[in-house]
Amino acid sequence: MTVSVSLTVNGKAVTADIDPRTLLAQLLRENLHLTGTHIGCDTGQCGACTVHLNGRAVKACNLLAVQAHGANVTTIEGICGAHGELHPMQAAFREHHGLQCGFCTPGMVMNAIELAQKHPNANEATVRAELDGNLCRCTGYHNIVKAVLAGAADMSKSVNNSVKG
Amino acid sequence: MHTFDYHRPATLKDAVALLKKTENARPLAGGQSLTPALKMRLAQTPALVDLGALEELRTIKLEAAVLTIGAGVRHSEVAESKDVKIGLPVLAKLAAHIGDRQVRNMGTLGGSLANNDPAADYPAAVLALSATIHTNRRSIPADKFFTGLYETALKPGEIITSVEFPLPKRAAYVKFKQPASRFALVGVFVSEGGGQVRVAVTGAANSVFRLKDMEKKLGEKFAPEAIAKVKVSADKLNSDLHAAADYRAHLISVLAQRAVGEALGGK
Repeated sequence: MTVSVSLTVNGKAVTADIDPRTLLAQLLRENLHLTGTHIGCDTGQCGACTVHLNGRAVKACNLLAVQAHGANVTTIEGICGAHGELHPMQAAFREHHGLQCGFCTPGMVMNAIELAQKHPNANEATVRAELDGNLCRCTGYHNIVKAVLAGAADMSKSVNNSVKG
Repeated sequence: MHTFDYHRPATLKDAVALLKKTENARPLAGGQSLTPALKMRLAQTPALVDLGALEELRTIKLEAAVLTIGAGVRHSEVAESKDVKIGLPVLAKLAAHIGDRQVRNMGTLGGSLANNDPAADYPAAVLALSATIHTNRRSIPADKFFTGLYETALKPGEIITSVEFPLPKRAAYVKFKQPASRFALVGVFVSEGGGQVRVAVTGAANSVFRLKDMEKKLGEKFAPEAIAKVKVSADKLNSDLHAAADYRAHLISVLAQRAVGEALGGK
């Protein structure tokens, strides 16, 4: 069986005829060549494949692509500014060395962005608890937590600026 | 995954008809348990009926003595809902700690109950609060709903539409999280309301169950010390690499006392 799926990915309308077994992560990587969404464990544990579905973080390896029919999907490729400048959360990961091998980073950043939106004044304990859907095997999490705290602070600043501006 | 046909009905009526049309067709809610099971070929189905477009399953309604939550409401939506926070804050807190953020953003109340994972959180709430599960055919009291390991009273083709929670006088849920799976190693839900005390335990046996010895003691005196000496039998409890049965029995006792304390503290 082939089904037609239509969705918006990083602001662009996409339609594809796919086997209903196709995972959202596969559609993004193999059909759309958006390989920033990483498949780590492929069992819904590690969070490397995290993308936003209508603004909420989800694991793209644990979602059938057809479940995203009609939805807005944002991947790591879709969060930078109009001129390619890093999202504040990405900039914070770079600034605070929140990665070593970098494999888990796209998922970490996508989860951290929703985390920062939901908890603009998150403390360290909240960040650690709310990141529990994302695994990193390199860093021991210390610099990731620092990066998320800094990124969240920068995000709330830019929200305030845009509200004022 | 084995192959399957896929349907995305727009109404409950169509979903029921599609489930009826193909033997062993399965409904798909958030898919946070079913999709991994299909991927690992622990489950297979000739047809998947996606309930994701059924807006009629996505309402939350708070009344004077009852909170009704649609089966399609996601865990994160329960956790963030003003009505749930006002009417049944214990349930908002429980939902906020299911799995991880990404799971909470997809998983639904109805999906969790229909799956009846032995370590899921919602079954403990439904059983302890004496909730009623409404389906497209009938209403099932919590005491009759959970029938065994991943087994429920649901018949083939029956879809949960909503869950009706009577609001308790006080209640609390305390769980000991298994850090790798983020499921409850043991979770205890205690509630007092409608003239009775109910204690439900998840994570410890093949399905959620009530501890009637504790309920009786708490009915006489609702205080942690009232159940400190209630012996919890390890007989029918799970033993696995995470915890032995006697350890789970010990956890039940400790967590139940903490839950009673928390319920009294009004947290």
